[in-house]
Amino acid sequence: MEFETWLRSPPYGLDHREKGDLFEELLTQVTHYHGEHCKEYGRFLSALGHGKGERFSRESVPMLPVTVFKELELRSVPEDQIIKTITSSGTTGQRVSKIMLDAQTATNQQKALCQIVSHWIGPQRLPYLVLDSKKVLRDRTMFSARGAGILGFSIFSSKTCYALDEEMRLDLEGVRAFLERFRGRPILVFGFTFMIWKYVVRVLEERGERLDIPQGFLLHGGGWKKLQKEAVSPEEFKERAQAALGIGQISSYYGMAEQTGCISLECPYGHLHTSTWSDVILRRPSDNSICERGETGVIQVISPLPTSYPGHSLLTEDLGVLLGEDDCPCGRLGTYFSVIGRIPRAEVRGCSDTYEG
Amino acid sequence: MTNLERYDRIFLDTFSVPREKLPEIKYQGIPDWDSVGHMDLMSALEEAFSISISTLDVLDFSTYEKGKEILMKYGVEL
Repeated sequence: MEFETWLRSPPYGLDHREKGDLFEELLTQVTHYHGEHCKEYGRFLSALGHGKGERFSRESVPMLPVTVFKELELRSVPEDQIIKTITSSGTTGQRVSKIMLDAQTATNQQKALCQIVSHWIGPQRLPYLVLDSKKVLRDRTMFSARGAGILGFSIFSSKTCYALDEEMRLDLEGVRAFLERFRGRPILVFGFTFMIWKYVVRVLEERGERLDIPQGFLLHGGGWKKLQKEAVSPEEFKERAQAALGIGQISSYYGMAEQTGCISLECPYGHLHTSTWSDVILRRPSDNSICERGETGVIQVISPLPTSYPGHSLLTEDLGVLLGEDDCPCGRLGTYFSVIGRIPRAEVRGCSDTYEG
Repeated sequence: MTNLERYDRIFLDTFSVPREKLPEIKYQGIPDWDSVGHMDLMSALEEAFSISISTLDVLDFSTYEKGKEILMKYGVEL
């Protein structure tokens, strides 16, 4: 399959065998490409004993720990081709990951995101309600993952409204005026889970107010850790967000700055679905062997899209469960899974929902 | 003002770039035309020509010239 054809394919149309064959082709290419163009990655491959001509499948492709992007500025293109550096997780005093994007990788990741989200909300751009503050976008060259998320989703927007002001206060009047203007039309609502919880859902509840967005589609993501600290389960979040926002559909997603664009979205059965452009493998923490269906393991994320940095196969610090492949009752093909939380021993690390304030 | 003049005007208003450079500019090729500038450009074009550009076309709109092809799809004669 041609690369461009792959980019334009339907997001949930490849079964186990098709995806396996295709990914073996693409992962083999991209692994050797990074080995040749990124000095550090090349050393990593030879240290593991991988040589030229070796083929890599989803199961056998070497994986970098996701934290490596905190230690090293890895890129596989000349520095002057980097148009954007995405940073992730900036809790005070902790190191941040730096992801180097050139125009091609940025565009390809955005195309994948476009296909995935359009599958759920349709091809037309919609009024876009951002449950965050515009201030996270201020520095346009040095994005935080939160800013990158908000901007990444802005390609789906016709008109945009930010629900929080510069001081992170809910602008209820502004939001209501915006909703009134587009009453009866589908609306895309986007935000980071913890921000939505703390600055929108809780605030509405305390004030005894409620929004009314029956045609809305809320897409949220960005780590459960802070919610877990407040002892809020995903189910409780969903229930209370639904009540406070009066919103038609709520769907979480799993994604990370290190593989921007390739998000796994939650279907009506509550399963996160990998798309045509990415996959996950669950690994046992003890020896990195592959988990069986239903077994909890560490999430490895795979996507052949990144070419400007060697982020095509990463071992995350997240725990998840493989639920199945190609057989979700919702009918979408591909691997589906759930995310449980962080590896307990992992370095304390905020996610894209980090807010200093 | 012809449609082409209007098209050019929107580019010149959105990005600080001299008119003679228009045919060669591309997305991410100049500082102003980043993802924020891009959405400003899309909104301005939609308003000026009363059209609604689909998400995929927003992504395909990668150069000044490519943009002309896309607008023609929406019935804008340039």
